[in-house]
Amino acid sequence: MIEELWESTIESLVGLGSVVRFLLRLVAELPRGLMRIDLVAQQIYNAGALSLVIIMLSGLFVGMVLGLQGFELLQRFGSEEALGTAAAIGLVKELGPVVTALLFAGRAGTALASELGLMRATDQLSAMEMMAVDPIRRVVVPRFLGGVIAMPLLAAIFSVIGIYGAQLIGVQIMRVDAGSFWSQMRASVGLSDINEGIVKSCIFGVACSLIAVYEGYYATPTAEGVGRATTRTVVTSAVVILFFDYLITAAFL
Amino acid sequence: MLRVIGARKPTPLNQTASIIEIRNVGYAISGRPVFAGLDMDFPRGRVTAVMGPSGTGKTTLLRLITGQALADSGSIVVAGQELCGIGRADLYLLRRRMGMLFQNGALLTDLSVFENVAFPLREHTDLPERLIRQLVLTKLQAVGLRGAAELMPSELSGGMSRRVALARAIVMDPEILIYDEPFVGLDPISLGVILRLIRHLNDALGITSIVVSHDVQEISTVADAVFLLSGGKVAAKGTPQELRSYPSEIVRQFIGGLADGPVPFHFPAPDYFGELLARGEEP
Repeated sequence: MIEELWESTIESLVGLGSVVRFLLRLVAELPRGLMRIDLVAQQIYNAGALSLVIIMLSGLFVGMVLGLQGFELLQRFGSEEALGTAAAIGLVKELGPVVTALLFAGRAGTALASELGLMRATDQLSAMEMMAVDPIRRVVVPRFLGGVIAMPLLAAIFSVIGIYGAQLIGVQIMRVDAGSFWSQMRASVGLSDINEGIVKSCIFGVACSLIAVYEGYYATPTAEGVGRATTRTVVTSAVVILFFDYLITAAFL
Repeated sequence: MLRVIGARKPTPLNQTASIIEIRNVGYAISGRPVFAGLDMDFPRGRVTAVMGPSGTGKTTLLRLITGQALADSGSIVVAGQELCGIGRADLYLLRRRMGMLFQNGALLTDLSVFENVAFPLREHTDLPERLIRQLVLTKLQAVGLRGAAELMPSELSGGMSRRVALARAIVMDPEILIYDEPFVGLDPISLGVILRLIRHLNDALGITSIVVSHDVQEISTVADAVFLLSGGKVAAKGTPQELRSYPSEIVRQFIGGLADGPVPFHFPAPDYFGELLARGEEP
């Protein structure tokens, strides 16, 4: 039992070391990757623009639920005017980055992992190697950068749409005073709250993109291997996002 | 008639007769030896076939020659460059002088046929677009697919994919062209086309071709020399005609396509009747 636990720990540490080495290699290639701006722009479109619909819809619904729940709760204390503050802080600091990252891992992360895995399975990465083209530089770095850039933008859009959703329920339907809703939000939400959201979404962007490209690049070149890589991308991303969420929240308190 | 435009004779970097020299190479995968004391020479400017039963390490040999895997011992010299201990930059420089046709073509699925062939040129040169277009169309014409330039890989048949991959492999005018199982899954017409292209491109471009295959009849029609691998070593070498009369059981079994012989029909297993009559225990 202890031996198994020990082996499992060692295996996890070796895996973590491998991910860190992969990240360092990506970082070393970043300057060259940034020079291929056309490739990066294509990946920002793939990871970002193609995720917009799901992010905007989810943001709207999450904001609406927040509006309903927040109104119901605040009404008990007679302070429903604080709904704008509650919704904005909840979205900007917490729900925006976290839910966006989870959705990002589910849509863009799985797409990245399966694409790279299939490229591995169909020898496309080996073919690049044989053409003296480094697949890390040509394929992985633009995808990683695309994810890292797209994620904070998506989180910002999610938060904005979410606030609109909360306003829709709170002000338009529950008849909370619009002036109070917006003015209390403006007075209470500070730069540090927004910074926390930005830091979280940037770190989640790096984590999700790294996990996706790592799992895809090192996928076993079989149908089963690609499937496993895709599943691992979602599961690992979800755990890492929530773990980092706690750490960053604690750091900002 | 097939015509290759823009053919050139590359200036040999070294004047030895062999462009690839393999000496006493040992290689193991997960502790299981694949090669032990392997010696081979691939003559410059010829079509050399590497044949052998499945699992004898033909594809592994290609991985060693192309630097995708490093030999555990011995020496592999490709175009004057020792591969053991070679750095990444030198390996990439060497690979620019090699082309490889993968078993499934390995075309980049997000690029059109034209862009697939143009890919190495765009990555390694600063040629103007007009010249890239001319070079790509020249190579596509050589494989008979100039008319398919705008198609996507998903719109191609297996044979067409391999011809596009072949155009891509020769677009940088390599000295060595490597084919990994180029005939697998092809209909007779596509197979005939690929066979003809192997011979024609080799002669017209003055390159060295290495073809890994176990299609005995087909490869015999184009190969100048054949290596037959078995048990991690070269079991036979010579011209296709010489191999037909080679005094070896394994060669006879392979060339004749015999089901049983030195390569047994049965996978090693316990005694048949003993296992059938055994009671109570799961196999």
